[in-house]
Formats: sequence, C-alpha cells, structure tokens
Amino acid sequence: MLRAYLLVAAAVFAIGLFGVLSRRNAIGILLGIELMLNAVNINLVAFARAGAGLAGWILALFMIAITVTEVAVGLAIVIVIFRVRRTVEADHLDLLRG
Amino acid sequence: MATSETTLAALIVATPFAAALLLGCCPPLRRAGQLAGVVALVGSGAALVIAMRLASWLWVAAYRAEVFRLTRGFTPSREIEATLAWLPQAGARPLATVGVLVDPLSSLMAALVALVAFLVQLYSLGYLADERPGGLGRYYLYQSLFAFSMLGLVFSPNFLQLFVFWELVGLCSYLLIGYYYQRPAAARAAVKAFWVTKLGDLGLVLGIVLLWGATGEFGFEALARSVAGGALDPGFLTLTIGLVYLGAVGKSAQFPLHVWLPDAMEGPTPVSALIHAATMVTAGVYLVARAFPLFAAAPGLLTVVAWVGAFTALLAATLALVQRDIKRVLAYSTVSQLGYMMTALGAGAPAAGFLHLLTHGFFKALLFLAAGAVIHAVATNDMFQMGRLARAMPTTAAVFVVGALALAGLPPLSGFVSKEAVLAAVWQAPGLGVPFLMLAVTVFLTAFYMGRAVVLTFFGGSGPAGHPHDPPPVMAGPLWVLAVGSVAAGGLASGRLPLGFAQFFAGHLDATLPHGPDWLPWLSVGLAGAGLAAGAAVYQWGVVSPVTLARGFGPLGRAAAQGYGLDATYAAMYRGALLGGARVVGWIDRYLVDGVVNVASAWTLRAGAGLRVIQTGRAQDYLYGVAAGVLLLLVIWAWP
Repeated sequence: MLRAYLLVAAAVFAIGLFGVLSRRNAIGILLGIELMLNAVNINLVAFARAGAGLAGWILALFMIAITVTEVAVGLAIVIVIFRVRRTVEADHLDLLRG
Repeated sequence: MATSETTLAALIVATPFAAALLLGCCPPLRRAGQLAGVVALVGSGAALVIAMRLASWLWVAAYRAEVFRLTRGFTPSREIEATLAWLPQAGARPLATVGVLVDPLSSLMAALVALVAFLVQLYSLGYLADERPGGLGRYYLYQSLFAFSMLGLVFSPNFLQLFVFWELVGLCSYLLIGYYYQRPAAARAAVKAFWVTKLGDLGLVLGIVLLWGATGEFGFEALARSVAGGALDPGFLTLTIGLVYLGAVGKSAQFPLHVWLPDAMEGPTPVSALIHAATMVTAGVYLVARAFPLFAAAPGLLTVVAWVGAFTALLAATLALVQRDIKRVLAYSTVSQLGYMMTALGAGAPAAGFLHLLTHGFFKALLFLAAGAVIHAVATNDMFQMGRLARAMPTTAAVFVVGALALAGLPPLSGFVSKEAVLAAVWQAPGLGVPFLMLAVTVFLTAFYMGRAVVLTFFGGSGPAGHPHDPPPVMAGPLWVLAVGSVAAGGLASGRLPLGFAQFFAGHLDATLPHGPDWLPWLSVGLAGAGLAAGAAVYQWGVVSPVTLARGFGPLGRAAAQGYGLDATYAAMYRGALLGGARVVGWIDRYLVDGVVNVASAWTLRAGAGLRVIQTGRAQDYLYGVAAGVLLLLVIWAWP
C-alpha cells in the first residue's frame, strides 16, 4: 500500500519539478513548487499511516502552513517584479548574468 | 682591562657620538641651526681636549720609557688595548670584540682628526652662516657623526671594528659631499664617491674575511703575531693583504680609483677640508700604517704599494697643473700627496709616511679653508676670475701662501720636513729608483701648480669684481691655528725636542725617520724653488704665455685637461659592461619572468571568458544544474 502512495508522491514531485524547470511564467513556477511541496506532504502522511506515528501528521500540518505563507510571499514578490519590470517571464529576469 | 688611557680614548670616541646622537634624536635642537653647531662644537672640542691630553700623556710615557731603556736596557711596551666581547661564543673566546687600542699611532692620529674636525666645525659657523637653520643642523649632525666614525676607526683594535667605522666614514662623506642635494652635480658626486670607494671596500671585506678564515683572528696584534710566526702561506698572505690594500686604494684615492676625490669638491668647502685633511682619505694610509706588520710580511706587495703611490703622485700632479677650479687644484694635490704617503709606506718607512700625513693634515686643511674664504668672498671657484686678492684679503693671502709653501716643501715649513723624510725613505729603499724620480719630478710640479694657484688667486690677473674682504674672526681663527700648525708640525721630527718622533714610536713601528744623502735636501728645495719660480714666471711675469706652454706639451696637455680620459674610460666601462649586463637582466625579467606571469594571467582570463557563458543569470538554468547533479548522485549511489 505504502508503495503506491510513494509512487504517486514521486509522480507529483516529478511533475512539479518539470513545471518549475520548464514554465516561463513566474506564477507557473510557483505552482510547480506547490506541487513539489505537496508531494512531500503525501510522503509524510503515507509514512505516518504506515507506522511512523503522530510526528508525520504534525509535520504535514506545519508543511501546509509553511506552503501557504511561501505562496503568499512568492506572489507578493512576483507582483513587485511585475510592477518594476513590467514582466513576469523568467527568461527576462537575468540580472545576475555573467 | 680598563686603564686611564683607554678610558680617555673611549671618551674621545664617545663625545662626538653624544653630539651626533643629541642632534639626531632631538629635532628642535637640530632645526635651531647655530645652536646645533654649538652642540657639535662642544662634542668635538671635548674630543680635542681629551685627545691632546692623551697624546701628551703618551709622549711623557714615551719619554719615561726612553729613560728606562737607557738605564735598564729594554723598552716596555706602551700599547694598551681594552675590549668588550661583541659576538660572544659559548665556552670559547668571543668571536669578535669591540674596544680601543691606544698607542702612539692612534693617539697622534686622533689628535689630528679631533683638531681638524673642531676647526672645520668652527669655521663652518661663519662659512655656512647663510644656510637655512634646518640645513645647518643637518650639516652639524653629519659632521659630528663623521668625527665619531673617524675617531672610532683610529682607535679600532681589530679589522672588524675598523671595517664598521670605515663604512661609516664612507657613509658620512657621501652625506656631506651631497649636502647640496638639490644640485644634480653634488648628488652625482656623492654617489660616485660612494660607489668608487665601495669598489675598494669589496676588496677590504674579502681580505678581512679571508684572513679571519685562515687564522680565526680579527685583531691587528694577533694577526701580526700569527703572521710573524709563519702561520700563513706567503702567496695567500700576499693575496689577502693585497685585497686589504684595495680598500686603502679606494679610500685614499690611489690610481686608478682616485677619480672620486676631485668630484667630491661639490660639497661645501669645509667638508672638502675635512675629507682631505683628516677624516676620509687619510683612513687608507692609516690602515696601511696600522696593519704595516702584515704588509711587511707579504713579499712584493710593498713594492706594488710604492709604485702605485709614486705613479699616483705624478699623475695627480700633472692633472693639478691644468685645473681652473681652485678647489680641484687642491683636490688633485691631495691625491698627489697621498701618493707620497703610500710610497713612503711602500718603501718600508711608515713613520715617514705617517709624518707626512700629519703635516699634510695641517697645511691641506689650511689651504682648503683659505680657498673657502676666497670663494666665499668672490663667489666663484675659477682662479682665472680671481686675481689681485692679496690687497683686499691680506690675512687670507698670508695663510694661503704659508700653506702653499708648506705643500711645495720649502724649509723650515712642515711640508719640507715630511717630504724630505719620504724622499729619503724612497731613496734608501732598494729597487725604487724610478718611483724616486717620479716623486722628485712631482716636487717640481707641486711647487709649480701651487705657485700658479697663488699667483692667479692673489697676485696676477685682472682683479675680481665686487669688494672682497677678509673672513670674519670665526673663520680666520681656524686659519691662523692651522697656519701655525703648518709651520710648526715639522718640529715633531726635528730632533730638538727632548723626545723625537722615532723614540715616540719606538716598539710600534720601525720608526726611525730615514736620513737621505746630504744632497737630498738641496735637491728637493732646489726643485721646489724652481717650480715656484717657474709658476711665478709663467703666470705673474708672463715670461712664457701659459697658452704657448700648454701648446708645447701638445697632446699631453690636452689629455691632462680631460683627466687622461679616465672618467671617460670608467663611463665607457659602465655603459658597456654594467649597462649591457643590466640590459640582459632586464630582458630576462621583462620577457622570461614577467612572461610566465603574463601567460598564467592570460590563461586565467581566457578560461573565465569561456566559463562566463554558463552563468546565464536565469534561476531555472541553475535549477537544471541542481536537478542534474542530484540525478547524477542518485545514479552513482544506486549503481548496480
């Protein structure tokens, strides 16, 4: 049973990673990050159910809270970037180019 | 073991040092100008008083010893040495010592040095009265240091201490010759003096180290003992003492290293007096006299010393004939007289050479200071722009004539006595016939160029512009003291004193002043008189025009005017060898050493330029890298 959960989590993580790497829109990248974090949550809950106990549940709750704040901060940053640069295309945000 | 004599000697060295230290460490005092001069004068004055006391003390002791010898039949040694360990060794004798060596030679020399230093410093108060106070303070700092270095050199009991003070003397002469450092000529002359003497010093330090390596001794006494005991191979001894002699050649301006001394005239005139009479150039002669037992043991070397000395005397005398600058005439005459001293030493008569050193110290200091008074009054060094100064400056003219006659060697002035002793010594020495002839010719030439200088400056010519006048008392006083010394210093050797020069040195140097054949005084006085008369005839009465005379000598005269091309030769050698070598080294540095560095840095830059394209600045590209790295780690971890 645990194996199926982990496979789902790995699939979700891979989808998220693909989104982060391939999306050009900053909001799309944030969505990818959300998917990756939720894959972690699935893992935590699955391990808790398979016998790791209460700590897994608690940690998953923490994760959800942190994910929400992260999205809030990330979207705020995206809005500020849009105001300054008039774009949220990741390819155009290359101030650190060598 | 400290005795009262060594304490006095240490005090003689310490008082100018205290003055130098005070001036060096207390800037307000140094910037006070005349006050700094007073400090230096107190230092050298104290040294002078103590040195006189020491010399008279030793004189009395020598008298007692002579009586002792007559009554008991032997001479007690009067050499007193006090040393402290400088480089101590565990469980052995110290590697090197510092201290003072008091004997007749060092005490007389110290008296001369202290006297000339004191008089020169006194004279400088008037001569340099127009200097800025700061510059004057610096001048007196160097003067005190100079006196200290030379006195320390004189009292050195071993080669190592002597070498330290020897270099200090060289440094001080560099500083004082370059006193007007804003003038390029002065700065160049200072550097030249430094480098040329350093060339000789290279030999000196090599000689000292070789001697030490062979015997383990630095001390003059110990070295003389071990050499007398036959501890050294004669060939090796000749080599090492020859190297030591090279140091004396540089310092005492012997051919071919004499070229720095005439250029040293760029310093203030009192400095020239000091360098020429007592502190710098006499150091080489003093070294040879001090180490004379070693020189005497080296076969053949003394002959070389004599030949080089006689040749230097003749060469410099001919060069002095064609100078226009009064100071350069005196400078070449110093080189010439140093040749006399060295020839006497080479002829095996150190007492005669040393006597000439003493008397020369008086009259050369006198001549330079009097020339300084003239230059001060007419503001030029060129003798052809002077003339008829005797009426305007009677005091200066009188003392200058006294000095010139002493230098020419007319009786009863001191120069006659000492030059006579030198000539007698060279006459008696076997195999030195040609050097004797050279010196005899030089007597004539010396008288000729001094007659020329006196006439051009004080009697003949058109007369100077302006209103020259005799110097103030602070400058005239030293002149009179030195004039009296120039007349009387020969009395040291007259034999009328209760104790003669020879007895004073008994047991230290082979000090009997040689007595030549009866015709020798007549010869030298005749040559000197003829030279003076010829000089006056040419330049005062115009019997022969100087131009015609010079033309008569043809190429020789023109070559002498160029200094026989020696400076040009050195310059060519410098340009050819030294600059050529420098160019090769410069090429190696520029293209090989710098090349390696440049290639390394160029590669670094190129690699950076190549690698910068992977820094796109896009966060996603970096994430690709992270993901690929993690993947790679997973693969490595999970492999088979």
